[in-house]
Amino acid sequence: MTSSSNSSNGTDATLSPVARFLKATEIDTRLLGMVGALLLIWLGFHMFGVMFKGGGAFLTPRNLWNLSVQTASIGIMATGMVLVIVTRHIDLSVGSVLGFCAMVMGILQARILPDMLGLGSPMIWVVTALAGMVVGMLIGAFHGWLIAYRGIPSFIVTLGGLLVWRGAAFLLARGETISPLDSTFSLLGGGPYGSVGAVGSWIVALLACAAILWMIFSGRKSRATHGFAQRPMWAEYFLSVLGCGLVLGATLLVNSYPWPKGIVKQYAEANGLEVPAEGLFIAHGWAIPVLILIGVGVVMTVLSTRTRFGRYVFAIGGNPDAAELSGINTRWMTVKIFALMGFLTGLSSVVASARLNSATNALGTLDELYVIAAAVIGGTSLAGGVGTIYGAIIGALVMQSLQTGMVLIGFDAALQNIVVGTVLVLAVYLDIIYRKRTK
Amino acid sequence: MTNNVTPLVELRDISISFGGIKAVDHVSVDLRPGEVVGLLGHNGAGKSTLIKCLSGAYKADSGEIWINGQKAEINNPRDARSYNIETIYQTLALADNLDAASNLFLGREIVGAGGFLNEAAMEAETRKIMGRLNPNFRKFNVPVSALSGGQRQSVAIARAVYFNAKILIMDEPTAALGPHETQMVAELIQELKKQGLGIFLIEHDIHAVMELCDRAVVMKNGQRVGTVNVNEVTDDDILGMIIMGKKPPQAY
Repeated sequence: MTSSSNSSNGTDATLSPVARFLKATEIDTRLLGMVGALLLIWLGFHMFGVMFKGGGAFLTPRNLWNLSVQTASIGIMATGMVLVIVTRHIDLSVGSVLGFCAMVMGILQARILPDMLGLGSPMIWVVTALAGMVVGMLIGAFHGWLIAYRGIPSFIVTLGGLLVWRGAAFLLARGETISPLDSTFSLLGGGPYGSVGAVGSWIVALLACAAILWMIFSGRKSRATHGFAQRPMWAEYFLSVLGCGLVLGATLLVNSYPWPKGIVKQYAEANGLEVPAEGLFIAHGWAIPVLILIGVGVVMTVLSTRTRFGRYVFAIGGNPDAAELSGINTRWMTVKIFALMGFLTGLSSVVASARLNSATNALGTLDELYVIAAAVIGGTSLAGGVGTIYGAIIGALVMQSLQTGMVLIGFDAALQNIVVGTVLVLAVYLDIIYRKRTK
Repeated sequence: MTNNVTPLVELRDISISFGGIKAVDHVSVDLRPGEVVGLLGHNGAGKSTLIKCLSGAYKADSGEIWINGQKAEINNPRDARSYNIETIYQTLALADNLDAASNLFLGREIVGAGGFLNEAAMEAETRKIMGRLNPNFRKFNVPVSALSGGQRQSVAIARAVYFNAKILIMDEPTAALGPHETQMVAELIQELKKQGLGIFLIEHDIHAVMELCDRAVVMKNGQRVGTVNVNEVTDDDILGMIIMGKKPPQAY
């Protein structure tokens, strides 16, 4: 909840420099640990490549850009899974619901809407994406209703859902794959055209920096209004520089990954451009699905920490009886939480099917496990009441980094599963130890 | 006690049963402004169950609740709060993972522009009321799971007192407390009484009842044994009612 601002100032002198630094900047040490682990994984894979494969392929703009796009789908769902797990529920159905939404959207945009709106109508992708999210939300709300008002455990409801919606996805098109999808729709999945380019990326970066500075400034002002202890000025400057530096650095990175030659040629021909001999450098910039993930992350963080809804989610997770006695309508909350999870699954389905440029009934298979693992690696406790959105997104990034990294260094699929499974258990174990020690 | 004042609360002929067992069996109790009524009885006598019908945690099978002379519909804790009924549960009913301010305002958060929580305002208010109730309280920014029993109790009490309760229900408020904190709760009860609140006090400690309560209602096996004015009876009379269900001549 609120960060520690009150603890007595007299003890500062007795702390070590590192502890004093952490206290002044109020950086969450769990976050620091997760970021550290992530960097370690990245560096590890890169060095492995350098040593045994004649060149590291991990820490390259190309790989990191792809990693960001691959993380988007799982990351979007993981933010919703945090709220589900925080309230002591589970959702095993997200992978199947994702597949079902993808099939609904595929049929809608490839077979129904072109007849109604005309082929290539700019409204197709809007209607399709909205329909996918609404379908996801309705399925989630239905699951939530069964759980809250009919008293069926969420494990059972969503385990049933896992089977039902996968089967339903198959029946929708009798197992056919629907491809290609609407060309505007498929931009939502990333790719050279599905990115905002160099200029767009800098605009995004500047907006993000402005938001970071505004947050730090307004936080300071609000503390001053109520006479709470302030962070020292140097800590504020440090956080501002760190936050903006990360944003600008990441933007620099995505802007240094150029379009492939073939795409450049195609683009140049279409726009009547002259391609010079040394080639034309057109940067990808931020991919649209990554921007969607960042947007979802920001909105979900605000929702979970700054609104009544989020407060109630954590109260229910901490003590369901107390929440009920405090006048919170816990059943209706459960429906809303699962509806939100379904909505995010629908959104994730947009990203996943757009990226593939096709809808298959197998889309999202096993996603539920990756989503749950991402949330749990990110510090969400299955006992309820504890979890953060940024943790889940980093967790998704950890999962995806492991997979990508092992593909790059040529581990076979069986070994990949063993590593991912081991890391999951280890991460949770380390988290338990951390919580015990910091209690 | 004058009997012509409109009672703050009247529970009339309340019954509730669970799986065929009558937990509360046609019990009537009333409470007047500025009065502390003790509810006594063995474990399982039905005290907590009776009072949960008033706080909205349970719904009575039959019987009526009258508040300020008007019939009240209490179906859930939100309804109870709208009648200014506040409850301090035996289990304290705190969300352990949230801090003191979040617990104090749970379900009634202060929201600012755009519907966002005004954390700073809530913390400032929490500091104000805790400064009055428990001046030694300092742990405003840690989850309440990190607090001692007494500190948790003061958070629970602060929550009940802060929102201008007219009717306060305290279910064994001193069960987990040391002598100093017990004294603090006793002083608080006296102060709230002066302010005109009506208090239902569920208590096992006879001495606390004799000291704090104006009247005592004794229950046994879901039924009301009798009601006594505390200054007219001895400890032994009340013990006799609790243990043997024996009604002394002063009881009604």
